[in-house]
Amino acid sequence: MRHVLPFACLILAACGAGQAAAPTVPDLETILADKPAPVLSDYGFFTDAGADHPAKRVKSYDLINPLFSDDADKHRFIYVPPGERAKADGAGLPEFPVGTALIKTFAFAPDLRDPETGNFKVETRVIIRKADGWAAFPYVWNEDGTQATYAPVGARRTIETISPQGEPLQIHYEVPNKNQCKTCHQSGDVVEPIGPKLRNLDHPGPAGVDQLSDWVSAGILDGVPLGMKRTPDAMDVSLPLDARARGYLDINCGHCHNPGGSASNSGLWLMLEETSPTRLGLKKHPTAAGRGSGDRRYVIDPGHPEESILAFRMASTEPGIAMPELGRTLPDPVGIDLINQWIAGMDTE
Amino acid sequence: MRPIILAVAAAAILAPAACSKKDEAAAPEIAAPAEDGVTHVSAEGDFAENLQLALIEAEPGDKIVMPEGTFEFTTGLSLDVDDVTLAGAGQGKTILDFANQTGAGEGLLVTADDVVLSDFGIRDTKGDGIKSKDSDRITYQYITVEWSGEPDETNGAYGIYPVESTDVLVQNCTVRGASDAGIYVGQSQNIIVRDSVAEYNVAGIEIENSSFADVYGNVARHNAGGILVFDLPDLPVMGGHSTRVYDNDIVENNTVNFAPVGNIVAGVPSGTGMIVMANSDVYITGNRFADNRTVDVMLNAYTEPFTDENYNPLLTDITLSGNTYEGGLDDPQGMLAPVAAVLGGSLPSIVTDGVTRWNGGEDQAVNLVIAEAPEVGFLNLGLGEYPLDPSKLQPSMDRPAGTPVPEREAVVLPQDTKQP
Repeated sequence: MRHVLPFACLILAACGAGQAAAPTVPDLETILADKPAPVLSDYGFFTDAGADHPAKRVKSYDLINPLFSDDADKHRFIYVPPGERAKADGAGLPEFPVGTALIKTFAFAPDLRDPETGNFKVETRVIIRKADGWAAFPYVWNEDGTQATYAPVGARRTIETISPQGEPLQIHYEVPNKNQCKTCHQSGDVVEPIGPKLRNLDHPGPAGVDQLSDWVSAGILDGVPLGMKRTPDAMDVSLPLDARARGYLDINCGHCHNPGGSASNSGLWLMLEETSPTRLGLKKHPTAAGRGSGDRRYVIDPGHPEESILAFRMASTEPGIAMPELGRTLPDPVGIDLINQWIAGMDTE
Repeated sequence: MRPIILAVAAAAILAPAACSKKDEAAAPEIAAPAEDGVTHVSAEGDFAENLQLALIEAEPGDKIVMPEGTFEFTTGLSLDVDDVTLAGAGQGKTILDFANQTGAGEGLLVTADDVVLSDFGIRDTKGDGIKSKDSDRITYQYITVEWSGEPDETNGAYGIYPVESTDVLVQNCTVRGASDAGIYVGQSQNIIVRDSVAEYNVAGIEIENSSFADVYGNVARHNAGGILVFDLPDLPVMGGHSTRVYDNDIVENNTVNFAPVGNIVAGVPSGTGMIVMANSDVYITGNRFADNRTVDVMLNAYTEPFTDENYNPLLTDITLSGNTYEGGLDDPQGMLAPVAAVLGGSLPSIVTDGVTRWNGGEDQAVNLVIAEAPEVGFLNLGLGEYPLDPSKLQPSMDRPAGTPVPEREAVVLPQDTKQP
């Protein structure tokens, strides 16, 4: 566990970072420092320069429903300091102890039909539970995938790949800046992680075993609440269409469209818990949509996806129209199809 | 376990910068502070990155100063640090140009308290111009937000857009070309909009779902509708009330309505000076209405279907007094055109829909006070009930016997008492 990969040292030196060998266990002092570390490896989350091999107590995890981010392949890791455990409190976000870090790397394969091969890392976001709340920090990878540097102003990358449909695809990928992290992660006055709600973790994880039990045995989580309702898998065609659509909206829209989120003023609330048809957009007039209305009158016109603003904004890539506003530059054809089916199947009365 | 990912860049993937160059990019140049707490953003290198970094690294109490020049941005800026002043060299001198914007929903997003935005221009954003959300005690002053060219429905929705905030000050600003409202204050309280110019927008100035707003000393001209005071359903903050609109020039608001269909303002007839809709305790006095081709003041209930049980679509306690009215009214547009046609082709200065009850309920005391000179034209469409049924039109020129409402005291903002 404690060996340092020689090639990683060489490449780091070549890049002029002037870094000593990266630590091979997470360094809580660095994690909790006032300022973010200049390079990702300083935290010691990984034993290798490419951030593929998690260090001790850093655990790979995944979600039932991930957020769509231009078809990026995402690699998620969690670190909870030794002797600490997250407290499970219902299906929502666990209460993570101070020092917890969630690390998410965004990567693209040269052919998106084969995402596991030749992955190219673009950015890694680190979100840390500090004493006074969560803080999010973007890191951008170098061309060789050997070093990720703190990039408070974000970055833009052009990525040439092959789409899941087999067509050449150019992605003008935008790494959000530090403030833009907050736009999506806002919850009232504080920043919060979006994905790792217990209900969205409750499935076989990357290790192929029940993820929450695995977290409990690994000492990350104190227990799993009884009778917890899991997030419906948007891609599981055996589930009812309504459940799948709500699962999709929850992860892709609900982080802003909720009473404490960035889009609270819209009155359109799309998290899984919302039950009011109007709040969910049915026959709801837009408030501040501007040209995002697409000349349509309702957020959701039941039975008519072609007349629904929600579907129009999901399909657009233009700023001022596209939703979500940040985090994607491509439409998500699978999600659009799901939401269109859902709206089309609604009772028109 | 997921297969281990190769830490080698694939040849098919383009990454523009080598790592040494990237190190530079990660540390954009900001000139050393010349005085304590003042950062002069350098125009050397990538100005957009320099400015965004300054906004991220600012400490409370800091002032960020932008130089003269026109600077291009491809994504939105954001400020999330309390008590920061962002200042340019002047509205016409420091221009932030978003014509090539490819990301974010607005040009500048402010999510912090006690922020002052001063002396710069924002141009051609794809979405809103400047949005501030949950930003208490924010000041916009000497700011121009505009969309160049002819009014166009592809322009962004709002120019200056504070929302969900307490103590909002907009002064000496200019907004033109917004496809919704030039200056739009929503779901807020304690608001002053003064000494500003709103022109060539769909709506010039709009106060929506807000309370305690003073709108005075402004020029609202060449919009489709000059000044709107609305309350809409299905929003977290409803029940807008207590707005005073006084001493404004509301003239020639005859621009064709270019709002995209679906937006509530798309229903505003071109040629409307002012609309008060579903709001309460609104005092309109000392304004100059001139040459608005449809109507100077429209007082009406909410017009669309709604299900929100907490929403009241009616007007209550609206006072018009001591305003002047001249010209216009000669070419009624939009939904008021057929009404005007029934009445011989034109409308009087002040029109109300006469709606006093809704969804089968009993009559409510809407209390309209029309305390204008006797020669000022007034029309009550007499529709009576919401939802509206145009066949029930019962026009009357009798002014309602309203009970005068005392004008409330002026809004006082902490920003005003703090300024030198």
